[in-house]
Amino acid sequence: MATLSVKHLLGIKYLDEKDIQLIFETADHFKEVINRSIKKVPSLRDITIANIFFESSTRTKLSFELAEKRLSADVINFSASQSSVKKGETLIDTVNNILSMKVDMVVMRHPNPGAGIFLSKHVKASIINAGDGAHEHPTQALLDSYSIREKLGDVSGKKVVIIGDVLHSRVALSNIFALKLQGAQVKVCGPKTLIPKYIESLGVEIEPNLRKALNWCDVANMLRIQNERMEISYFPTTREYTQQYGINKTILESLDKEIVIMHPGPINRGVEITSDVADSSQSIILHQVENGVAIRMAVIYLLASQIK
Amino acid sequence: MLSNKLVALSMSQKVLLSSKEIHIILHRLACQLLENHLDFKDTVLIGLQPRGIFLAKRLARILKEEYKVPGIKLGLLDITFYRDDFRRGDKPLEASTTHIDFLVEGKNVVLIDDVLYTGRSIRAALTAIQSFGRPQDIELLTLIDRRFSRHLPIQPNYRGRQVDAINEEKVKVMWEENEGKDVVYLVNK
Repeated sequence: MATLSVKHLLGIKYLDEKDIQLIFETADHFKEVINRSIKKVPSLRDITIANIFFESSTRTKLSFELAEKRLSADVINFSASQSSVKKGETLIDTVNNILSMKVDMVVMRHPNPGAGIFLSKHVKASIINAGDGAHEHPTQALLDSYSIREKLGDVSGKKVVIIGDVLHSRVALSNIFALKLQGAQVKVCGPKTLIPKYIESLGVEIEPNLRKALNWCDVANMLRIQNERMEISYFPTTREYTQQYGINKTILESLDKEIVIMHPGPINRGVEITSDVADSSQSIILHQVENGVAIRMAVIYLLASQIK
Repeated sequence: MLSNKLVALSMSQKVLLSSKEIHIILHRLACQLLENHLDFKDTVLIGLQPRGIFLAKRLARILKEEYKVPGIKLGLLDITFYRDDFRRGDKPLEASTTHIDFLVEGKNVVLIDDVLYTGRSIRAALTAIQSFGRPQDIELLTLIDRRFSRHLPIQPNYRGRQVDAINEEKVKVMWEENEGKDVVYLVNK
């Protein structure tokens, strides 16, 4: 069987198409496992994994922890708010201290872009990036593509529009890399101030008009406005944003076809998406969460198989 | 391709079981199962992925078509995630599909694999099957039993043929459904 071409999962940028297919095929098997009455396999019983979160997270952290436990790995959790980081310890020191307790793999979320890449050059352990600033969130992009594949049969040739705060979104960047790698067409849609300059150099088109974007696409991936990353005002009011870029039942019903609605969470109900859309049969938001565990099991399993 | 042919030429192989012998053995094994399980009301057959499934499917077909046993329950079990050599081999372990659409709770389970060698696959299967419930009892059926090579205290309840093969030799089981003909070879590596 093929192995992953990488020793760490730092970003989709470093993967090739074969890696993505291998992760999906492995995730298929784990999806079957997590739907059994006994949802656990003993594969990783001699592996210890540290989840290091320097930034808050609920879904991703729970999903990783569950994936690790379903594979029978030993898990330690660490949040920056309750740690020596506050006392002035550097990232490398913190991680090396954890690794001296014989940890094989590190899952890390960090507010600085490139934190995982930096760490992978300085410590001996397999690193999985669980989000680094506004840079990448590879497992989210993998589970998004996996959910599209599950719903529509294939990712190749599908039209996906990413709507909202693309500028501050690691989910958007990882999704663009993943979707392009699999041969999907991608557009981004949002206020000009929230679309990064030069995004077209990644091979995506900008569609400023929400209705046109929705009429074009098979899948709409809705993003949250990341107020916590905004130091200046990017649009006049939330109400105006919702009127221009929020989706609701009325606009979806006025389209020629039924499109698939995705959201990486957390949802701000009534801002980028209304409740009737988020909870409708068009939305695969909760399938994304379920698939997240299978995808993370696959990534961890494949990376752990390379640890000697 | 060329290198494959060269390897094939440099290896000597002899026929251990011919198509006709396999045919007779399969019918005997089916009869032995029938003798112990009669109507198969509480019995399920579990073929081990990837190679045991051909044997399991063949036996299920013989029982159904030639001995008219209705409602044979057949499951396919992949043991990859339960193996004890994760990270110990050179190659990563490749998973196959598990397909068991019934509970094994209280059932008589017959594990089916083509070759019994070290017994480690069966050990993994014994762990794996617990994910689907607590069986009443578990039996083991194998086409080829390589005795004297066991690493664990595991023996088959039903065996096709017992073979004394040394570790340098390999037993290769081929099936009509997959390789075009039924034959078992003993290959000198």
